[in-house]
Amino acid sequence: MLVKIVVVGGGKIGSALLEQLAKENHRVTLVDKSRRVVTDITNSFDVLGVCGNGATVATQNEAGVPSADLLIACTNSDEMNLLCCLVAKKLGAKYTIARVRNPEYNSQVQLIREELGLSMVINPDLVTARELFRMLRFPSAIDIDTFSGGRAELVGLRVRENSVLSGLQLRDLPKKVGARVLICIVQRGEDVFIPSGDFILRSGDIIRIAASRKNLEAFFGVLGALKREVGSVMMIGGSRISFYLSQMLLAIGVDVKIIEQNEARAVELCELLPKAMIINGDATDQSVLLEEGIDNTDAVVTLTGSDEENIIIAMYATGRNVPKVIAKVSRPSLSGLVAAAGLESAVSPRDITANQMAQYVRAVQNSIGSNVETLYSIAGGRVEALEFAVRSQSPDIVGVPLSKLSLKENILIACITRGSEIIIPGGDTVIMKGDNVVVVTTNPGLNDLLDILK
Amino acid sequence: MNRRMVFYTIGQILLAEAAMLIIPALSALYFGESGWREFFITAAVAAGIGFVLTFTKPENRVIYAREGFAIVALAWVVLSVIGCLPFYISGEIPRFENALFETVSGFTTTGASILENIEGLSRCMLLWRSFTHWIGGIGVLFFVMAVIPLAGNRSIYLMRAELTGPVVDKIVPKMRDAAKIIYAIYIALTVIEIVLLLIGGMPLFDSVTHAFSTAGTGGFSVKNASIAAYGNPYFETVITVFMILFGINLNLFYFLLIGNVRSVFKNEELRAYVGIIIAAIAVVAINLMSVYESAGEALRYASFQVAAILTTTGFATADYTTWPEFSKVILLILMFCGACAGSTTCSFKIARVILLFRILKREIRRLVHPRAVSTVKLGGKVIEDNVIIGTCAFLAVYIVIALASLLLLSVESFDFETRMTAVVACLNNIGPGFGKVGPSGNYALLSGFSKAVLMIDMLFGRLEIFPVLLTLAPATWRKRA
Repeated sequence: MLVKIVVVGGGKIGSALLEQLAKENHRVTLVDKSRRVVTDITNSFDVLGVCGNGATVATQNEAGVPSADLLIACTNSDEMNLLCCLVAKKLGAKYTIARVRNPEYNSQVQLIREELGLSMVINPDLVTARELFRMLRFPSAIDIDTFSGGRAELVGLRVRENSVLSGLQLRDLPKKVGARVLICIVQRGEDVFIPSGDFILRSGDIIRIAASRKNLEAFFGVLGALKREVGSVMMIGGSRISFYLSQMLLAIGVDVKIIEQNEARAVELCELLPKAMIINGDATDQSVLLEEGIDNTDAVVTLTGSDEENIIIAMYATGRNVPKVIAKVSRPSLSGLVAAAGLESAVSPRDITANQMAQYVRAVQNSIGSNVETLYSIAGGRVEALEFAVRSQSPDIVGVPLSKLSLKENILIACITRGSEIIIPGGDTVIMKGDNVVVVTTNPGLNDLLDILK
Repeated sequence: MNRRMVFYTIGQILLAEAAMLIIPALSALYFGESGWREFFITAAVAAGIGFVLTFTKPENRVIYAREGFAIVALAWVVLSVIGCLPFYISGEIPRFENALFETVSGFTTTGASILENIEGLSRCMLLWRSFTHWIGGIGVLFFVMAVIPLAGNRSIYLMRAELTGPVVDKIVPKMRDAAKIIYAIYIALTVIEIVLLLIGGMPLFDSVTHAFSTAGTGGFSVKNASIAAYGNPYFETVITVFMILFGINLNLFYFLLIGNVRSVFKNEELRAYVGIIIAAIAVVAINLMSVYESAGEALRYASFQVAAILTTTGFATADYTTWPEFSKVILLILMFCGACAGSTTCSFKIARVILLFRILKREIRRLVHPRAVSTVKLGGKVIEDNVIIGTCAFLAVYIVIALASLLLLSVESFDFETRMTAVVACLNNIGPGFGKVGPSGNYALLSGFSKAVLMIDMLFGRLEIFPVLLTLAPATWRKRA
């Protein structure tokens, strides 16, 4: 069953969201004030475009809101977004999501949801801060995708030179590291592989592994790369994201240092975050960074308003051998540059927000049909990791040992969660009813677990 | 230019054509005719080439506007070349250029024929001939889009290149759903017409072929004398009504189905269309009072012929070349007009005519009041400048092509009327013109060269010029843009 969605606002978040939703084949209508934006987006994606003010009844009627399952408002005005959702709700849209960025509204999210009837209020700065927080807690990984409500993880890391992994044939992996982990995806330059046992790793490869927490820690231990948690973080730029992230880090006892250029903002932050160290200075000045001890910090996160500045400071920090460097890069056109510049971790608030919204769409979809619980697009969209819930007792899959299943090519069962247990599958593993199964594939468009069979 | 993707898509189209060829093959088996062999051979050829082209999926599946134009233009040429093989192999149309002319005329829903004795063809061939009209009516790629997902996100470029009118819009968010809805409406209308013709006593075979020709607004009949062969007012009325219905934007039927009656009645183009039909019928009927015995007769022939010409169908119930000059000129003007955008008709389209008049009005106003700010509106919506420029450019290119074709046809020794209306009737996909190419004549007399020119004109007309022009331009095919 496909979901009927109306998206108001085709800006940064809107276009990322539309791309994702169109790829997943939903029936999407875009509403935007600018005819140009509507034309550009309808040319690029298979969606319908309506030009007009998304908060008016006439425009919403034209866009088919009364019969829509979901309305997502992501224009650049919070008030406009809330109004769109209110009108849509009255016209008969089943679910509504609003992007609300202003921190002053944060305290009344509960009220907005319960009294005004919105299904979800999403704050791009807050979700980005949460993502950064997650990355900082597991610093060895390039990125982490979580499944089954955070219990199972797909962790990405780079094979370094002189690592045990470099030159290793995957068949020998269990003997060598002694921990039960599964390498699901290997990214080598422009190529992406779903490796078999004969595959030999090389240094420079980016691998993504599925493992339970315990095995993962053991695995990192063998690699010698483990530094369990970050003790001190330096943030460049005192943006809203910095504020949210500082709050989270300070709560678990991490030292936070924020370098902010604008004095008024620095003072404001100082009042808001009494436990953090706020420095008023220009972070593009190397001497400031050195003076504030960039060499001794565990992590640097660049969060200024300028992508270029973020990338350059992150490059500098990488050069100073800071163990974990993360850059915020908002513009999608620069994401290719980030990889080329040798920065392993970059976050894009636009993608993270769009992902969260798409996640919600999938939840709506599940309530009316398909079976995908979570979906991540990895390696520039060429690999998908999907989580399916096994709801029925289908005899083709349930109860059959994995080695007996004839899977399509380029499909790998990465892990199975059963209750609180994480199972890294082997040939004799059996899928049971009630399990959640994570599948990694280069063939897009799987809708059901049965789709993985030949 | 993503050539791999262009050829891959054309491969898919060929597979679809192979499937379509099975229909006349089965009819030949049913009628006990020997034509099934030719159809199966042709289907095998189409499927063979199709399989080779679609054997490997291209890695880069992204298409842009120019790939869309190139795919559509090439697909129509390839379809016609393959589609003419049954006529040629079976020897029923002995010369290749004639077989190709007939097929191009079929797919482009022109209805210009080189056949002197239509009834001499076997029934399976006649069915295929009318079926090409039906397929070509809305568009082949659009049909394939409804069945298999073509080219994904950017398939709107294919739709723009194949559907007609100044602005092409989807009615529902997903291209595939839009294609399915439009084809469902198209099939439903065709079936209703078949049933109505059957009720009136037309044989099943004739009903089906004539309904196909009406639906595509093509005009191939299975009778030498076209619809006049029956001399039956009921058939004429049914066909007249359906010609007019197929001249309406098919999207409007969808709006009607979902209960959006207001937007249908408020549709400016539809109102103009109905107005033009009523006015033209009235004027021609009054003019014909002197030719026919009763007013009823005059009205009967006038209404059928006005509908047939305006919707670019080209059926005939009367030899209008013998009509008074005034009526002939009215018909000639209607040839340039065409019906609604988004229908199966060709020619200029009423939407464009309205636009051109409004642009003209604005320009005159600007001459008087140089500082006046004014917008051109259609259907209550402001039309953007690029659409306005596109419409004017279309008119300009159209005139250039018509004149160039006329020049090329001057090698023929026929009278001016014949040559000119041959170009007009082919470029507007009507079929019969005046003079020797009128409803009682045909295009067999022309030389091979003239036929080639007219074939290109038909493709220009059906695809609204730009896709074909773009495909002919070397810059389109350059690897690096």
